[in-house]
Amino acid sequence: MNAGLVLVGASYRYAGASKLTLRSVDLRLDPGRVVGVVGPNESGKSTLCLVVTGLAPGVIGGRLQGSVGLDGVELTAMRPHELAQQCGLLFQNAASQLSNMAATVFEEIAFGPCNLGLPAAEVVERVWWALQTVGLEELASRDPARLSGGQGQLVALASVLALRPRYLLLDEPTSELDPAGTEFVAAALERIVQETGAGILLVEHKTDVLARIADEVVVLDHGAVVLSGSAAVVLADPRLAQLGVEPPGRVRVERAVRAAGLGWSAELAEAVE
Amino acid sequence: MTKAVLAVVGAIVAFGVRGWTGPAVVFVVVVLSAWTAGVLRRMAPFALATLPLVVSILVVNTFLYPNAHDAIATVGPFSPTWTGATAAAQATLRVVAFGLSAALFALTTPVDDLLVELERRGLGRRGSFVVGSALGAVPRTLERAREVADAQRARGMDTEGGLWRRFRGLVPLIGPVLFGALAEVEERTMALEARAFTAPGRRTILRSLPDSGWQRAGRWLLLIGSLAAVAVTLATPVRLP
Repeated sequence: MNAGLVLVGASYRYAGASKLTLRSVDLRLDPGRVVGVVGPNESGKSTLCLVVTGLAPGVIGGRLQGSVGLDGVELTAMRPHELAQQCGLLFQNAASQLSNMAATVFEEIAFGPCNLGLPAAEVVERVWWALQTVGLEELASRDPARLSGGQGQLVALASVLALRPRYLLLDEPTSELDPAGTEFVAAALERIVQETGAGILLVEHKTDVLARIADEVVVLDHGAVVLSGSAAVVLADPRLAQLGVEPPGRVRVERAVRAAGLGWSAELAEAVE
Repeated sequence: MTKAVLAVVGAIVAFGVRGWTGPAVVFVVVVLSAWTAGVLRRMAPFALATLPLVVSILVVNTFLYPNAHDAIATVGPFSPTWTGATAAAQATLRVVAFGLSAALFALTTPVDDLLVELERRGLGRRGSFVVGSALGAVPRTLERAREVADAQRARGMDTEGGLWRRFRGLVPLIGPVLFGALAEVEERTMALEARAFTAPGRRTILRSLPDSGWQRAGRWLLLIGSLAAVAVTLATPVRLP
């Protein structure tokens, strides 16, 4: 069986749009791996997430060409609730992801597992696990409508985790987080990969996060993959800056050191890390 | 559920029992209950919301009541009548009593409790979501309007002052609030799908609200009693004031 989430020549056009938003994208996400996605605004990163979860064209319409397969099965052959248990999507706007039907964070996170009709004990177990994974146990009884942007983002992430998907598609999960929150989420994602073996597609502007946890990085521009490969190589590629993507801090320091005519050593690299 | 039944009974009695007695009883019971629950002041906006309907009832009935000849006064072609004014006042009391009864229910019932109960009684996930979304839409829209207004003020727009100035200040709010809400619908639809909302079968219900035998019996008693009161006033010569 062809395991993994695999896009082959995937092109997507929104309903009513004249231009393609994704152009012939080839991408592979295997279980236990983290693939980072970067690119300038309007490069198709969020659309890629919608396509990979089957929401586009499944829910919002539009036209998909090429192939998007999950463990050898075309996504178009799967129903949305089946996909939700396989591919969990964290939206860029966390607030819109919340159900607005729950009085507490706990019930908000339980919304997805409850939809699956799981036994109550399993729902409770999953919710506590998700809360612990994102470090929000103390917020369990809080009103989800009264959270800060960062807390809301973490609750949305926990609500995705509670569905126990095998693949996680995260659209800028740290965009509303401060450096400490970003660091926390990066550590949580590393833990999720290790503990659950989930594959993660991580759309992220903060390339330092990608440098830390991504195995591979894909760079999108105008809907097409313009760079791809191992995270270390792609994030050090000089073309990254031309594409509007700031390289990680380590790469910037290395360039500055070399530009100053100083030597760059493994010890120095380790110190910067 | 008991509070929902009380609101329904309030509507049945306010509109079904003839004369002043039905709406007056509902009005008094609702006001006293609201005072006891400490929500009397918060009911003012709900009472104001009935104002357009009340004004139209007063005008139409007072001036155009059919076959009424006991004119209060005659001003040109208009002849308001005592019969019409009495009917208008009674209809107004019915509307206000019902409106306040519904308001009392809304102000004293947490939305999530209502949704849990409705779902437990078989409304289904879609039905309860529609109810929950509708109830949640009002505070969300107000919140968004406040955010947009703050943003517009920060850019120099004047939204304070006289009525005309405030009205002009509303115009730039309408677009962002309306289009923002419409854009949110698509995102929310996708988010629901991503959270397995359309999975077949019943949802898991994590909690149930206490519901004693006394409460159940009381609900039936209220429903049967209110329907009986309506039947008595409609089908028998008994005339309530």
